[in-house]
Amino acid sequence: MIAAMASTAPTTLVHLSAVDLGIIAFYFALVLGIGFYLKRFAKTGEDFFLAGREMTAWVAGLAFVSANLGSLELLGWAGSAYQYGILAAHWYWIGAIPAMVFLGIVMMPFYYISKTHSVPGYLQLRYGSATSALSAVTFAIMTILMSGVNMYAMAVVMKVVLGWNINFSIWVSSLTVGIYVAAGGLFSAIFNEVLQFFLIWFGALLIPILGLIETGGWKGMVARIQQNFPGQDYTHAWSTLGRFQDNPMGMHWTGIVFGLGAVQAMGYWTTDFLVVQRVLSAKDIRSAKMAPIIGSFFKMAVPLIVILPGLLGLAVLPMHLAPASNLQPGQYSYNEVLPLMLARYCGPGLLGLGITALVAGFMAGMAGNVSAFATVWTYDIYRPFLRKTAPDQHYVSMGRWCTLIGLFVSIGTAYLAMGFASIMDYVQALFGFFIAPLFGTVLLGMLWKRVSRAAGFFGLLAGTLSSVTMFTLMKLDHRWVGVFALSPHAQGLAQDMYQALWSCVTCVVVTVLVTLVTKPRPDEELKGLVYALTEVAHEEHTSFLHRPLFWGIVALAALVVLQVIFW
Amino acid sequence: MSEKHHIIPVWFFVGVLLLVYGFLIFVSGLAEWSHPSNTVLAELHAPVWWGGLLFVLGLVYCIKFAPARKS
Repeated sequence: MIAAMASTAPTTLVHLSAVDLGIIAFYFALVLGIGFYLKRFAKTGEDFFLAGREMTAWVAGLAFVSANLGSLELLGWAGSAYQYGILAAHWYWIGAIPAMVFLGIVMMPFYYISKTHSVPGYLQLRYGSATSALSAVTFAIMTILMSGVNMYAMAVVMKVVLGWNINFSIWVSSLTVGIYVAAGGLFSAIFNEVLQFFLIWFGALLIPILGLIETGGWKGMVARIQQNFPGQDYTHAWSTLGRFQDNPMGMHWTGIVFGLGAVQAMGYWTTDFLVVQRVLSAKDIRSAKMAPIIGSFFKMAVPLIVILPGLLGLAVLPMHLAPASNLQPGQYSYNEVLPLMLARYCGPGLLGLGITALVAGFMAGMAGNVSAFATVWTYDIYRPFLRKTAPDQHYVSMGRWCTLIGLFVSIGTAYLAMGFASIMDYVQALFGFFIAPLFGTVLLGMLWKRVSRAAGFFGLLAGTLSSVTMFTLMKLDHRWVGVFALSPHAQGLAQDMYQALWSCVTCVVVTVLVTLVTKPRPDEELKGLVYALTEVAHEEHTSFLHRPLFWGIVALAALVVLQVIFW
Repeated sequence: MSEKHHIIPVWFFVGVLLLVYGFLIFVSGLAEWSHPSNTVLAELHAPVWWGGLLFVLGLVYCIKFAPARKS
């Protein structure tokens, strides 16, 4: 394996030494060892799919934030920071923190008290089979497609950065993930996500430290950026958002606040089962509420190791990077800014640590996808529609097989993506179609007991269809961009934000209208599922330092301070 | 971390990882002292102090969360 890794092409970005390869090999050995060790504990369905519901708030919180901190996320957002400047940090701040606090304080009690295994499981209890099936099937298909597309994208990165063979990267990493998740289920996935969290921080934190030493601090970095890119503002987060044409992202503040903060982030962080599953593994309701809030503090700090290296790249790299679609021979793309910075500051040993962090992030992301897929397939598709009554052991066995089958389907998707590169954009867009309307459906279901089964289903369907329609129209004819995204200057990310906003609004409007003309469910059927009919444990007798609400407010206050500092 | 199961805490595995990586990076940093790498700011000997930090943190985690102890 190591020999194959070492066979790097002469044009690679970095070259690994023996100690670097030793560091990577140790990581593979450790995760496989942990997987085999945990196999003995994953005996029941609750063990395999929800890690026995016995994780502490810290473990669940780190896994929650780590499941989202994949390698493509790191490379992509560092590249976006090089391209758009500190505007990219909005996806870590207003595009994450309010949603995480909202999940912890408002939504988690319903997920937890209803004892559901998944988000489609909650929809089954609240709205019935049709809505749950729509959500489960779309989630299962999209999760596994996304896993494959990410697998291919990461293999390409490994080829460019290290010269590793694409087939080698896909198969070795996939089989390792398959073995440890099939063995230990969510236990394994969570353990490795916590390891990955430490690896990513210790692997990437040296870049901003050494970068700021080289530039003479923040002010020195800003001065160098202005010298390298005169007339462009890369270091203010809000002051350039007054008009679409004033910033390179083609973004307006309404898109960031309403599209990203109020809809897309809320949809992702509160209804995407990939991340919510980590919180459902918490040992009690207070831990389940605290986990996303603990995660929010770390999420808020991630720009230090992702956005800051991108900005430092603008200041110190001797060459100008370009979009991947428009590269000249010998030129590097935006997405390669993080490996370039790694190679700039890190010699043998540290380079191995940085590359292992990327590999670990990739594998943890894949593990998250396949473990969420196995749970949704087994509990929300197989059990309700194919085999309603079977011993618990049968479902655990199904989950193990699903993990492996899901992995092989992902590998197939990776090869499909290899043949049709544009499929990657569409699969990622497809995933976005369901998240924003799903947030409207889940939130209305939790807060308004009057919402009927039919309203939930038709609201979700209408929101999803409206999202697909807007996406198609904007791709076919640019004039629609001016209609849906409010300006013809709106770029891709801005279009996504407004598409999310309008699809959620459509979902809510249709849900409300259908509710008004259909019969509500009896109150006794909704106990523990909606706000007005759920007894949530009060915290008057708990010291305020142990209250999730207190820490949620602290997180939001810290977010406001950051916005003022980088206004 | 575990009430129903007696699982070795994940923090112990974190400790092992940091301990081994800290040692390897520290030693490679010492080896670089006489033959500095061609990276920027190599004169700061980052692998030595960063590897040392990882090693110490790993040691603390390994001792505090060792399987024989109650976490």
